[in-house]
Amino acid sequence: MTPGRLLWFLPLVPVLLLAALLWRGLITHDETIPSARVGRPLPLLALPRLDAPQETVDAAAIAARAPVLVNFFASWCGPCRVEHPLLEELAKEDVAIIGIAYKDAADDTRRFLARLGNPFADVLVDADGRALIDFGASGVPESFLVDADGRIVWHQPGPLTPEIIARELEPRLAALKKEEKAR
Amino acid sequence: MVAEIGHFALALALGLALATIAAAVIGHRPGRDGWLQLVAPLARAGLIAVTIALMALVTGYVTSDFSILNVWQNSHTAKPLLYKITGAWGNHEGSMLLWVWVLQLYAAFVPRTRRLLDLRMRAKVLAVQAAIAAAFLLFILAASNPFLRLDPAPLEGRGLNPLLQDPGLAFHPPLLYLGYVGFSIVYAFAAAALIAGRMDAIVARAMRPFALAAFSALTLGIGLGSWWAYYELGWGGFWFWDPVENASFIPWLAGAALIHSLVVTEKRGALARWTLVLATITFALALLGTFLVRSGVLTSVHAFAVDPRRGLFILAILTAAIVAAFALLAWRAPLLERAAGCRPVSREGAMMLNNVLLAVAAAVVLVGTLYPLALEALTGEKISVGAPYFVTLFGPLAVILLALVVVAPHLRWKRDAAGRLAFLLPRAGLGALAALAAVAAAFGLPGVLAALAIALAGALIASALAEWRRAWPRTQGRRSGLREALRRIPLNRHAYALAHLGLAVTVIGVVAAESFATEKTVLVEPGAGVEVAGRRLVFEGLEPAIGPNYTAVAGLFRLDGPGGPLLDPARRSYWAPPMETTEAAIRPTPLGDIYLAIGARRGDAVELRASFKPLVALIWLGALLMATGGLLALVSRVRLAARRVPAREENAS
Repeated sequence: MTPGRLLWFLPLVPVLLLAALLWRGLITHDETIPSARVGRPLPLLALPRLDAPQETVDAAAIAARAPVLVNFFASWCGPCRVEHPLLEELAKEDVAIIGIAYKDAADDTRRFLARLGNPFADVLVDADGRALIDFGASGVPESFLVDADGRIVWHQPGPLTPEIIARELEPRLAALKKEEKAR
Repeated sequence: MVAEIGHFALALALGLALATIAAAVIGHRPGRDGWLQLVAPLARAGLIAVTIALMALVTGYVTSDFSILNVWQNSHTAKPLLYKITGAWGNHEGSMLLWVWVLQLYAAFVPRTRRLLDLRMRAKVLAVQAAIAAAFLLFILAASNPFLRLDPAPLEGRGLNPLLQDPGLAFHPPLLYLGYVGFSIVYAFAAAALIAGRMDAIVARAMRPFALAAFSALTLGIGLGSWWAYYELGWGGFWFWDPVENASFIPWLAGAALIHSLVVTEKRGALARWTLVLATITFALALLGTFLVRSGVLTSVHAFAVDPRRGLFILAILTAAIVAAFALLAWRAPLLERAAGCRPVSREGAMMLNNVLLAVAAAVVLVGTLYPLALEALTGEKISVGAPYFVTLFGPLAVILLALVVVAPHLRWKRDAAGRLAFLLPRAGLGALAALAAVAAAFGLPGVLAALAIALAGALIASALAEWRRAWPRTQGRRSGLREALRRIPLNRHAYALAHLGLAVTVIGVVAAESFATEKTVLVEPGAGVEVAGRRLVFEGLEPAIGPNYTAVAGLFRLDGPGGPLLDPARRSYWAPPMETTEAAIRPTPLGDIYLAIGARRGDAVELRASFKPLVALIWLGALLMATGGLLALVSRVRLAARRVPAREENAS
């Protein structure tokens, strides 16, 4: 075969590359959108505690419990109810979780926690929804994993599922705990 | 019962497709022409079988037979009849069935080329088409069977996505498929030409009607889809550079190149290899388009019926088909005779340049569409490529292309002198100035690229009119009347003048709507007024309404004071599946559309988005003109083929 003829086979190369690309895209594609907040410090906030509204908790106080999971929830939110038992399990495994009740009446939040159990180390109140915006979240439930420097390490928009906990949260938690020990 | 008939018909169609291929292969040897005679009837029987399957599915939808899984998933008894019928292809399985039906439909027209192509050639074309059909039929039977049963059968279905319950969208998929799939038959001709080692003016003449039909249908399909997005999605955009839109636009660009290169091959015997390459690429891009729409590999607003597992199957077919196509090209194309070159200043030279520009434009859109996917695969980073990329790169290319279309139709074949086009200069200049002045007077000064595009569109209109003027028949030095002219001007000249006029019209519409649109969002109380495009709207209050499968709240807005027209943008709440849609109210005016959409309510007040979309209707008018031009050219080709070429001996090889 002459080089001229071989040249005609050249278009097969991009075609095969494209096929490989589409194949990879198909098997790895997921619909999650990366959070712009990951890698950034916790927003400066001072939120009142549910039990003692006169006391406020700020970013430093949250980071002090690191590694800590910050979870936005509300008593009126269906997916939060579905997610709740998973948070309970995490709490049993000694994961510090801070709950932020988003646009929820304090009494409703208390009743919700009394009925379903309280996995939270602390419950803060985001009555007007400002904290949710500061976190760059778009609704409830959403969860943020925070390290000892007060940085957001990971963000889950939407409810946690056992798969997500096993695949994404647990390895990161373990890594953070190891780091903590190394200090 | 109806599901079993459909299922059986599908299996039969697969058998018939395989038999078509077998008959063509066996008949290939000399002296076995009897087998070749079987190919066309077998292909026709395949069409009948797929038609029965499609009818069976439509029957399942019309009778709301929820024992069929597909019907249960996508239909509902309360759905209007039209959407029950069109709902049959408003889902993955049904749309693949439609795909194959269109494939077989085009095949049924191949025997019509008997005056141009001999029996052997036609058998090759049908065999290639049957191979494509067989692959897709296998896919339908194995991985997306629309006739699977559901036991026990539920009493009610889940309903069709309300966004799809719209007349514009009812006909969008069939037209789009007529376009996409039409390029498969064009490819089948190209493959047959490669196998036979013959690509000449005659083959090009046989291919052209098919390419023109596919291109016209694709133009209409894209236009209809864009129009639907404009009035149904509620924010008045007509093109989003969304991956799935691009997936139809890329083959459209390649198809536009193809219908022009086919002209050169037919008239001058030149560009034969390039035409074959282009036919292969266009087909590959059409398959890629189907894949992108069906697999959900790219995040898109069109993710109506996606399933990644099936994507792998389509990807396999796609890769096999494209690799086979390019391998055939690589193996056989070098054996074709090298055709004569052409001079830069000539009709064919201009068409070559047009092909280069269209190919680059298609590549630009393709790269922008697939870039996020490539980046995610290589680095894991997620981005989306938006309008700025496409406008920045595609815009200038489109402007250069426009300039070319102004000049090219006036060039002569073989060789020409640039100086001869001097007659065009004052006309084109006048057209450009007139268009610019009109737009500037109506809406203000546009930006540089926009101004350039409008000026060139004006020049193009002048050029198309000059085309008619030149073709106008004369008797004894005097121009004849309109009736005489309509009778005597050859149809194909009407065709390309009209198509190019349509291009200019669409360009003006796009540029005006992009550059001069105004929009405001306000919260209006009953009795309050809003100013839009210099006219006054008064909000008269909200009104509930009820439809066959939805409830709605409409805002009533009176234009121009008492007695003026009433506009009623609405929000509809469908209950199966539960979903809200926006129904915009559009009031066309000579200079553009007044476009109203309502959002959230606060007590008696409602959020109103009032926009003015200058000349936006021209976009679709232009698309209609382009498609009409394509169809006229198709008719003229069919007539010509019937008239000029003497019938060939049926069995001569």
